[in-house]
Amino acid sequence: MSARTQGRAAPRTGRPGPLWALPGVVFFALFAALPMLLVAYLSFTHWGGLGTPAFAGLDNWTRLAGDPLMHRAVGLSLLLTVASWALQTPISLLLGVWAAGRQRGRAILSAVFFLPLLLSSAAVAIIWRALLDPNFGPPAWLGPALGLGTLDPLGGGGSAFWVIVFVAAWQFIPLHMLLYQGGARQIPATLYQAARMDGAGRLGMFWHITLPQLRNTMTTSSVLMVVGSLTYFDTVLIMTDGGPGTDTTIVPYLMFRAGFRSWELGYASAIAFTLVIVATLIALVMVRLTGFGSMRSTREGM
Amino acid sequence: MTTPRVGTAAALAALTLLTATACGGRGAAQGSDEMHVWMYQDTLVVVQEGAVERFNADQGADGVQAVIDQVPGDNYVERLRTAMGSPQRPDVFFNWGSGSIAPYAEQGLLEPLDDLLAEDPELAEAFLPSVLESGKVDGVQYGIPLRGTQPVVLFYNRAVFEDVGVEPPQTWDDVLTLVDEFDEAGVTPFALAGADPWTEQMWLQYLVDRIGGPEVFARIAGGDSEGWRDPAVLEAAEMVADLVDRGAFGDSYASVSYTEGGASTLLSEGRAAMHLMGSWEYSTHLDQAREFAENDLGYVAFPPIPGGEGDPANIVGNPTNYFSVTADSPHLEHALEFLSYTAQDEYVADMVANGEVPTTADAEEVLADSPNPEFAVFQYELVRDAPHFQLSWDQALTPEVATPMVTEIEALFNGQRTPQEFVDALAAL
Repeated sequence: MSARTQGRAAPRTGRPGPLWALPGVVFFALFAALPMLLVAYLSFTHWGGLGTPAFAGLDNWTRLAGDPLMHRAVGLSLLLTVASWALQTPISLLLGVWAAGRQRGRAILSAVFFLPLLLSSAAVAIIWRALLDPNFGPPAWLGPALGLGTLDPLGGGGSAFWVIVFVAAWQFIPLHMLLYQGGARQIPATLYQAARMDGAGRLGMFWHITLPQLRNTMTTSSVLMVVGSLTYFDTVLIMTDGGPGTDTTIVPYLMFRAGFRSWELGYASAIAFTLVIVATLIALVMVRLTGFGSMRSTREGM
Repeated sequence: MTTPRVGTAAALAALTLLTATACGGRGAAQGSDEMHVWMYQDTLVVVQEGAVERFNADQGADGVQAVIDQVPGDNYVERLRTAMGSPQRPDVFFNWGSGSIAPYAEQGLLEPLDDLLAEDPELAEAFLPSVLESGKVDGVQYGIPLRGTQPVVLFYNRAVFEDVGVEPPQTWDDVLTLVDEFDEAGVTPFALAGADPWTEQMWLQYLVDRIGGPEVFARIAGGDSEGWRDPAVLEAAEMVADLVDRGAFGDSYASVSYTEGGASTLLSEGRAAMHLMGSWEYSTHLDQAREFAENDLGYVAFPPIPGGEGDPANIVGNPTNYFSVTADSPHLEHALEFLSYTAQDEYVADMVANGEVPTTADAEEVLADSPNPEFAVFQYELVRDAPHFQLSWDQALTPEVATPMVTEIEALFNGQRTPQEFVDALAAL
């Protein structure tokens, strides 16, 4: 579009002024920074949700440090994060690169793969709960048919946690697949043409061109995955309610339990604030290590 | 540069306006003629719906209109507490009396009802005194009974018992024998909704009461967590572990839900033989498996335990549920007026028609109209003759103790805790 048809002259400044950031900054201050400050304050109080909070000093923090449930929840949250990344990244990457191509039927299959993305977490949890019901769902006949006896994936035996890992993957692979698809479409075709002239095969091209070119996409996707896993909550609440026992009591669920079951909102705030700090640190470290956000072009030689 | 600062101020002002309009006062109900009545969502709400219809008809078209907000059972307690801590409080709400409303009473959020009962002796005398008692906090009346009494009884499927050729249990030995016999016949002996651990709690409540008497839990409820170290608790936990090992609950109960109907369906379809549950189980079946409820639903009291100190006539469960009124309700007068509708003949008749056993003093006379008079009379006599009626543990204790306790109970039933570990964990609460 030329300047003449725009009707108004484009601003002469090279970079947008700070005013452009205003709506975002105000919104963030009101709906993220301010609540966080309030939570930080609440973590030093005893409060049951009614009346005024009573100052408690470091009570909640010392209790948190010695709470075996919190230790276990942190372990489970980290395991969920690592397992989710390891399961979701390769699948999303391969699906995304494939979906960026021009095969026949690609559009239809892509649409099918995106379906979980269109469902709310609550719906996802209810669907999987029904599908895994030991008495009225497929496990009731599948177990005996396979000679495995009774199957109860969401019951005891430690399988419930892995069901959560699987459902999280089912739920979020489409999103990351979209990211990788967008990234793969950005790769200039000239790179592949040059590689083909040099006699590279499909695997070679994937390994030497596609993967390095998707480095920034992978960082974005991974940060989203890690932060998402650390704050994963709604599906756990509906599918397992942190159970059986405390097998799926990850940090956000423990925070909910302390706040809205036990009504120890000061203690829940201490858990919440810990989660904020840990998630922020991990995200920062990831960004720093991968050089994401630097303005370096990944299109080498261009 | 001044522009950004002006911009900030303007944007802030705009946002403040936006948020202020979004959360003003009592939301949409402010100034409107709607009186909100919060109900725990289940099949029995039809009784309260009838009361609301009569109340609204009596108010006339221009008067205050009561509205029932049904809150799903799973989240009722959380939702209520969150609302009570905000300006959007219900006008009238369902609760479990005593311990469950103590935090609100302490904060002065509840309207004392003593004056109402003093002015309306008919209302005061309509209910059994013992039931009114559980609606008090520190001697002040805050709750009016709204439901039938809810003792926990042992339900069973008569058809399954006939097929296997056995009789309902009278003693603990009978229970253990039945477990083995049903196991061999390929029927789950007891339906159990392990995903809702309060159903597992019922087993421990009865076992502890039968083995050690009501004093054991009374000590715990009094705030002494060492009370969990009473030998009766360990013995009860060992009995639970024994039942689990024998396959009394089958092997896939950990993810079965009560509120979604899983456990009840197992009983009505004959895939489970028995189900230890509150008396509302009868209404649940009446609603979802009417034929079964009318023909094959049997019930017995929880059997005695040999050598136990507790009276075998003791029961556990919820004496009843209560309506309380928030002190700052804009419809205070109407809310108090609404409470009296729970003692009206039509209301009591509706309760009886839905299989409930009212806690009104003259309930015995109307029980003949129940869809199952036998069950109604059985329940009524069970409650009438019980020396002690233990309120559900998770309602009797404060939430910060009840929440971890319920999790420990779940872990015990899932075999994630040995009985001794279970006792140690509870004593540490």
